[in-house]
Amino acid sequence: MSESTQSKAVVNDTLIEARPAPSSATGPLRWLQDNLFGGWGNTLLTLLSLWLIWLVLPGALQWSLIDAVWTGGSDACRANPDGACWPFITQRWDQFLYGFYEESERWRVNLVLAGLFAGIAWLVWERAPARNLVGLFMLFGFPLLAYLFLYGVPALGLPVVSTDQWGGFMLTLVIALTGIVVSLPLGVVLALGRRSQMPVVRSLCIIFIEFWRGVPLITVLFMASVMFPLFLPDGVTVDQLLRAMVGVSLFASAYMAEVVRGGLQAISKGQYEGASSLGLGYWQSMRLVILPQALKIVIPGIVNTFIGLFKDTTLVLIIGLLDLLGMVQSALADAQWSIRSVPYTGYVFVGFVFWCSCYGMAIYSRRLEEKLNTGHSK
Amino acid sequence: MNTVTPSAASDEVAIAISGMNKWYGQFHVLRDINLSVRRGERIVVCGPSGSGKSTMIRCINRLEEHQEGSIRVNGIELNNDLKNIDAIRRDVGMCFQHFNLFPHLTVLENCTLAPLWVRRISRQEAEATAMKYLERVKIPEQANKYPGQLSGGQQQRVAIARSLCMNPKIMLFDEPTSALDPEMIKEVLDVMVELADEGMTMICVTHEMGFARTVADRVIFMDAGQIIEENDPESFFNNPQSERTQLFLSQILEH
Repeated sequence: MSESTQSKAVVNDTLIEARPAPSSATGPLRWLQDNLFGGWGNTLLTLLSLWLIWLVLPGALQWSLIDAVWTGGSDACRANPDGACWPFITQRWDQFLYGFYEESERWRVNLVLAGLFAGIAWLVWERAPARNLVGLFMLFGFPLLAYLFLYGVPALGLPVVSTDQWGGFMLTLVIALTGIVVSLPLGVVLALGRRSQMPVVRSLCIIFIEFWRGVPLITVLFMASVMFPLFLPDGVTVDQLLRAMVGVSLFASAYMAEVVRGGLQAISKGQYEGASSLGLGYWQSMRLVILPQALKIVIPGIVNTFIGLFKDTTLVLIIGLLDLLGMVQSALADAQWSIRSVPYTGYVFVGFVFWCSCYGMAIYSRRLEEKLNTGHSK
Repeated sequence: MNTVTPSAASDEVAIAISGMNKWYGQFHVLRDINLSVRRGERIVVCGPSGSGKSTMIRCINRLEEHQEGSIRVNGIELNNDLKNIDAIRRDVGMCFQHFNLFPHLTVLENCTLAPLWVRRISRQEAEATAMKYLERVKIPEQANKYPGQLSGGQQQRVAIARSLCMNPKIMLFDEPTSALDPEMIKEVLDVMVELADEGMTMICVTHEMGFARTVADRVIFMDAGQIIEENDPESFFNNPQSERTQLFLSQILEH
C-alpha cells in the first residue's frame, strides 16, 4: 500500500458461517447442463450418441426379445427365422455348461461350482468371519479338492471322468480360474525377481517374462499340444488339459509380472527405507509394506489381465478342447439346428455370458479400490 | 522452547565412526568422517544442502553403504554381515523428512508392525506400548486413523512414536521439520526436546538453530562431504572458527 492512501486495517473477527450451495449449482437440471449440454460441442456429442442408440437399440430389442422364439423346438425357430432362437440355448444348456461330462456325475460339477460361488461370496462379504482362512483355503486347498472331485477318486466311489470329457462353461472356468490363481502369486515373484539386486535371479526373471510375453498364446497352446509330447519319453503322457492350463498360466504370469512391477515402481523409496529403518527384513518389508500398497495401485491392471485371461481361454478350442465357445460352435454344426437365426443366437449367448463374467470382475475391482483407499498420501 | 537439563552423557561410546569415506560412482560424497558419540549425547548436524549430512547419518543404519573406514554402533561393527545390520537397525530408530509412514496402515498398526514382526512380542503388548508412545507424542486419539488423514506435524509425531515403539537406544533425525508448515514445527520439536530430556542418544540433521542451541551437546557443521567444524553450541554460534561456518551462519541467521 502506498503512503499517500489512507491505510486502514481490516479485521474480521466473526467467522462467516458455512451455507449450503445455491440450488442453481446442484440438482438434476444443473447436472444435465454440466454433463450433457455444456457448450455446443458437448450438445452435438449428446445428440449424436442418442441418435446412435436409437439406431441400434430398437432393432436389438426387437430381435432378441420381441420377435424372439422362446418356447418350442427347432421347428418353432424354423418358422420364425427373423428373431433370436432361444430354445437352441435352453435345449443345449446342459451341454454348454458341462460339455460331455458323464450325465450321472454332473452333480459333482454342480457341487464344485456351488463351493466356488460360496467361497467367492464369503470373501466378497466383508464382515464374514475367518476370511483369511477361507481365502487361503480357496487359494490352495479348493483347487486341489475341486480337481480331485471333478476328475474322480475311484477309491472313494467317485468314478473317473477323464478330462477330454470336460467342456463347456465348466472348462472355461477351470482354465481361467487356474490361470488366475497361479498367475498372481507367480507374477508377484517374477516382478520381485526382476527388481532383484542379484544378477542371476534378475536375468532369469527377465528371460522368462520376455519369452512368454513375446510368444502368441496360440503358439504356446500349439507347442503345448503338439511339440511338448515329442520331448517326452515313450509311454509318458501328460494330460492335454493340464498342458493347456500350464501354458495359459505361465503366459498370464508374464503379463501379471509386468503389471505388478509397475506398482512396485510407483512406491517411493521412502517406504522401503521406513521399513528397513524399523528392522524389517526384505521379505517382511515386501509382504507387509510394499506389496499391499503396490498391488492396490495396480488393481485395475491386475483385473485387466484377469479379464484378458478369461477371454483368452476361448483359444483352447484350436487344440481341440471344447470350452463354452467351442461347445456352442460344435452344436451349430447339428443339421437339426441349421437355421439362419441360430448362429447369431449362439454367439450372442456366448458374448453375453463372457460379458457378465468380465463385468462382474470389473465391478468387484472398483469396489475393492474404493474400500482400500485410505487417503493415498505417503 | 523448554529448557533442557544438561545431558548426562556417559563415557560409553554409542557410535564410533572413523575414517569413513563414501562415493556415489566417482563422486566423493563423504570424506574422512571421524565422529564419536557417547551414550546420552545430543548431536546436531547442520550444513548447506548437498553437504553429505543426511548421507552420513543414513550410513549409521545402513540405508547407505560406506566404502571405506569403519562404523561401530553399540560396539557392533557395521559390515556386510546381515546379522549385524539387523542388530543395529533394531537399536537405532530413524525419523525422515517425509515421515515415511505406511499409508495403508492405521496409526496404531504403523506403530505395532515392527514390534510384532521384528521383536515378535504379543499383539496386546505391542498395542499397549504403541498407545504409551502415542500418548507421549500427544495424539492417542488418532490411533485408528490413517496417516493420510493427519496433518504433517501429527504424522511426524506418529513417525517418532513408531520408532520409539522399538525401544531404540539411538535416534537419528533426518531433517524432521523441513517438510512441515511453520505452525507445526514446534509440536515436533517439543517432542524431540522431551526425548532429549529423557537421555536419548540423538543425532539430528536440522536447520532449526534454536533447537541446536538449547538441546545440542555438540554442533557439527559439514560442507562438501567433510566435517568442517565441531563444537559446543555456545562456541559454535558465538565464535565460529572457520570462514565457511561463519558464512553459513551469517546466511541462515540473517533473516
